Amino acid sequence: MHLRCTDVQFAFDLVMPGSYIGVMPRRDPVNDPLSSLRSMLEIRRFEEAVEELFSRGLLHGTMHLSIGQEAVAEGVCATLQTGDFITSTHRGHGHTLAHGADPTTMMAELLQKNTGYCRGRGGSMHIADVKNGNLGANGIVAGSMTIAVGAALSQQMIGTDKVVVCFFGDGAANEGAFHESLNLAKVWDLPVVYVCENNQYGMSMSQDRSTAGGSVAARAAAYGMPGETVDGNDVEAVCLASLEAVERARSGGGPTLLECITYRYRGHSKSDRNLYRTQEEIEDWRDNRDPIQRFIGKCVEDGRLSNEQVTAAESAARESLRRAVSEAFAAPDADPADLEGAAYA
Amino acid sequence: MPTLPIWKALHMPEMMRYAQAVNHALRLLMSADERVFMAGEDIGVYGGAFGVTDGLLDTFGERRVRDTPISEEVIAGLAVGAAITGMRPIVEMQFADFVVNAMDPIVNQAAKLHFMYGGNVEVPMVIRLPGGGGTGAAAQHSQSLEAWFAHVPGLKVVAPATAQDAHDLLIASVADPNPVMVFEHKLLYKEEGPVEVRHTTEPVVQLGEAIVRRSGDDLTIVAYSIMTVRALEAAERLEDSGISAEVVDLRSLRPLDIETVRASVRRTGRLLVTHEAPAAVGVGAEVVAGVVESDALDHLLAPVSRVCGLPIPMPYAKALETATIPQVDDVERAAKELMNA
Repeated sequence: MHLRCTDVQFAFDLVMPGSYIGVMPRRDPVNDPLSSLRSMLEIRRFEEAVEELFSRGLLHGTMHLSIGQEAVAEGVCATLQTGDFITSTHRGHGHTLAHGADPTTMMAELLQKNTGYCRGRGGSMHIADVKNGNLGANGIVAGSMTIAVGAALSQQMIGTDKVVVCFFGDGAANEGAFHESLNLAKVWDLPVVYVCENNQYGMSMSQDRSTAGGSVAARAAAYGMPGETVDGNDVEAVCLASLEAVERARSGGGPTLLECITYRYRGHSKSDRNLYRTQEEIEDWRDNRDPIQRFIGKCVEDGRLSNEQVTAAESAARESLRRAVSEAFAAPDADPADLEGAAYA
Repeated sequence: MPTLPIWKALHMPEMMRYAQAVNHALRLLMSADERVFMAGEDIGVYGGAFGVTDGLLDTFGERRVRDTPISEEVIAGLAVGAAITGMRPIVEMQFADFVVNAMDPIVNQAAKLHFMYGGNVEVPMVIRLPGGGGTGAAAQHSQSLEAWFAHVPGLKVVAPATAQDAHDLLIASVADPNPVMVFEHKLLYKEEGPVEVRHTTEPVVQLGEAIVRRSGDDLTIVAYSIMTVRALEAAERLEDSGISAEVVDLRSLRPLDIETVRASVRRTGRLLVTHEAPAAVGVGAEVVAGVVESDALDHLLAPVSRVCGLPIPMPYAKALETATIPQVDDVERAAKELMNA
């Protein structure tokens, strides 16, 4: 999958000859690596900040960090346009940011502010940005998989060329909703791209212990749709696989299932003591396969990025995050006076 | 000259079955708004397990009348996804019992998204659920599960008793920007009643409006769905015994029109609540609480009474089933006991 493309259209032609229909992806990690690097760094810095704020007792509840998985969010969302839809998961900060959310508004939500995406009602696990096509993070494993079918059905019925990317984890692949969703999406040939973000553990349960057949992507065959296993820590590989799947969905070719193999460095949530995996395993992924470091290393080596550009991108990400945090802190708190009647439109 | 039958031309009610009244409402809603579509098991070619969607496929085509696989979770879930992206889905659980397979999209998703996402999204979807016992279909095809959903903030729940209400409440449910669970009763589908077929989708009845079906002075019987029909029959018999019963049909269980119940109890001084679902933690308990939380408590002349289904799974044998479901006799007897209390 280490393909080199001279431009995005060429990438389309490479994966689906002659099928390019004119909808340009919003970012291009192959030819404009800086934009995707910035995006991944923004996600990483955001989640590190969240972790720190939590440890200082400034956040409420819990949170699920995707540190180490940024290439999946970026590789897929890079291939979308504003107006395309995503459904996300409980570990959704990366998808949300990569699909264009404002980090200040996200941080405000986590900091229990009235200016947050959900006015303090949702928190980390429920951030949605519906007007920009983010149909929401979801606290129920596989909870958004059936919603994605409906959103895609709307597109088909209304006749738009929008697609719906349905992010889910390896754990969700063993929920009934996964099977109902994939089956119906294919029966109706809906414009859905299923992206399994396989970080190899559903909380503590490894994929080896949980998943018959051992592969999520292989299940695509049962539903008559294309399935592909992708190196989820290689943002370019993810992007190219996603380009093909998105283009297929956009042009009426129906759903695709991508399984992106990745790894989360942090625990499932704050209560996790990592009893189910070894420190060596975590360090091996972190030190040898980190998606951001790999991408930087590759781009610097082949001359697409200079060390100066990387340093500048890193400080820009830090600076923009610092600004987001301080702006969010200054916002008014969520207000209990707004709760009455709020459950109904 | 108009070719309409005279009762239509004059907007006079015509007699039709409850199922037909729902069918007419679906036709109106589908004709009036391109965003409205239907999905469910066997609703198309088959015409619905109870014939409710009969003929709709021919009129509106398979794009808008969508037969689905037997997949209740995705049926409910697709309604959520379609609703938040601009459509107005009406989906069907073939039997209300099957909704148990679809609880996540309804309870964790549909009911929550508007609130949880900060008010930035609306979920205008309707789920139709044929429920209730008396058909001999036993424990897994006879339940009255409405209280489960009435307990969930974010959902609305209606349970029409008459053909006219089945027509009007469906129209009001589709007009609502929230998820609405419409519990139709399987035994009522074949009941005929006068129906004024509406010609616009402007709701005539609002969700959360109870109605006094029969006025009386001695006691208030609160019911909904098929128990309204039985309560009215019991009231007829009570009249012969010199007891004047008022019958309040709740129609909506959430929002609940407790004010209409309180006003009735203030006048009659006695309260009997009846539903087919078991009593424990049910709608009747909520009605009673709503009455005693107000000054209507001061008007009570006797303890309140609940006439509900037995707390057992619905049995099959006719005699067992009849014993499990509140009948007209049970309501009549309880009302007399209340008068003597």
